[in-house]
Amino acid sequence: MSGIIPSSSVARKFAMAISALFLVFFLLMHVSINALSLFSKDAFNTASHFMGTNPLIQFVMQPILMVGIMYHIIMGIVLELKNKSARSIKYVVNKGNANSTWMSRNMIYTGLAIFFFLILHFKHFWVEEINYKYIEHLPSDPNRYYDELVETFHSSITTIVYVIAFVFLSLHLLHGFQSAFQSLGVDSRKAKCIKTLGKVYAIAIPFIFIVIALYHHFNH
Amino acid sequence: MDLTLKIWRQKSPDSKGKMVDYKVTDISEHMSFLEMMDVLNEQLVAKNEEPVAFDHDCREGICGMCSMYINGEAHGPDRGITTCQLHMRMFNDGDTITIEPFRANAFPVVKDLVVDRTSFEKIQQAGGFISVNTMGRTTDANNILISKHDADEAMDAATCIGCGACVATCKNSSAMLFVSAKVSQFALLPQGRVEAADRVLNMIKQMDEEGFGNCTNTGACEVECPKGISLTNIARLNREYLKASL
Repeated sequence: MSGIIPSSSVARKFAMAISALFLVFFLLMHVSINALSLFSKDAFNTASHFMGTNPLIQFVMQPILMVGIMYHIIMGIVLELKNKSARSIKYVVNKGNANSTWMSRNMIYTGLAIFFFLILHFKHFWVEEINYKYIEHLPSDPNRYYDELVETFHSSITTIVYVIAFVFLSLHLLHGFQSAFQSLGVDSRKAKCIKTLGKVYAIAIPFIFIVIALYHHFNH
Repeated sequence: MDLTLKIWRQKSPDSKGKMVDYKVTDISEHMSFLEMMDVLNEQLVAKNEEPVAFDHDCREGICGMCSMYINGEAHGPDRGITTCQLHMRMFNDGDTITIEPFRANAFPVVKDLVVDRTSFEKIQQAGGFISVNTMGRTTDANNILISKHDADEAMDAATCIGCGACVATCKNSSAMLFVSAKVSQFALLPQGRVEAADRVLNMIKQMDEEGFGNCTNTGACEVECPKGISLTNIARLNREYLKASL
């Protein structure tokens, strides 16, 4: 189980699962903070300012998150290429729908859609944030975050792109959540509740993100 | 019933194969799929044409030899069966049926619909056994108490016939369900625990060397498995691997 990309197929499953569950935890935190913007401008600004200025989050958690995202994407692409190469001649007729879900068979495509969305998302928020704080060294303004959020969702095209991306996120999570636990060898007796929890998570989290995007688009 | 068959024909492992159309007539709905193939071959021989090569042995769902991919599914459009247990009543008069060999680089085509599943044998040889002294001082198996639950699960895993439908149906050509069944049948029993760590590491290593893909938990293998081997075995395999690696 050594190396950045493990040589064993089972170890690769573990690596994918651990990076996935880390991102699942991060998403929960992300949506919780963003949801504050639906109820209180001040609460959202306070939480965002804390996240944006706390040294532990900025210089420890944020780099770990970046590495986690990149690792999950690179591993996903490496695994897909390896898997594709395990069958050189494809079937003339193959009924994938007969035995598996569309989501489980198309994780690479939903994943790549999320990846392309992340490039846009980082441009909107992360790059702007880094530029504001560490390049232009603009004065700290604890009340700017809500206005930045509203400004982003002012554009109809941006809002539509975000909504579509969250649909892809939901499709990815519908398989990914329970798959990560299966890869870690979670006992089958607990798997049923994990499957249910996974479905709830995969629908609820992207749904809240969509509500946030639409709320700020139509209310400002 | 009269049928149109689209069958993969390939003369040898190195030759290029292609799909060839055949008409087959007077097929009874009571025939098994392999009996239908026998009728086709009789008709081909009568016309001085090369019969279609396909694997078969017991014709009662035990040996795991019959390995066809029928209309886009391993062992055809039914559940919990091998191809020899597939009956023509599952099809309608005038149907077109596509028949291909199991596809995976680890299962190279030998001829037509016959594939070489030696890779499974090599995985078995890497650890799918227990080392016991059977010369003289053999202990009665019933002297070691085993819970009903564990015995049942071990027996369920041991029903794997190594047919390769899991590999054929998996979009990644993964052999995880097969290996997990072979690991589980021993891991659940005290006799198998002694060599459990070496077994799982060696079998996974061999599985990777044979060129199978990575499992992505689609669950297609479980659905198409003629013996109903459960995905819970793959979860157990993952746990066994983690324990052995740490």
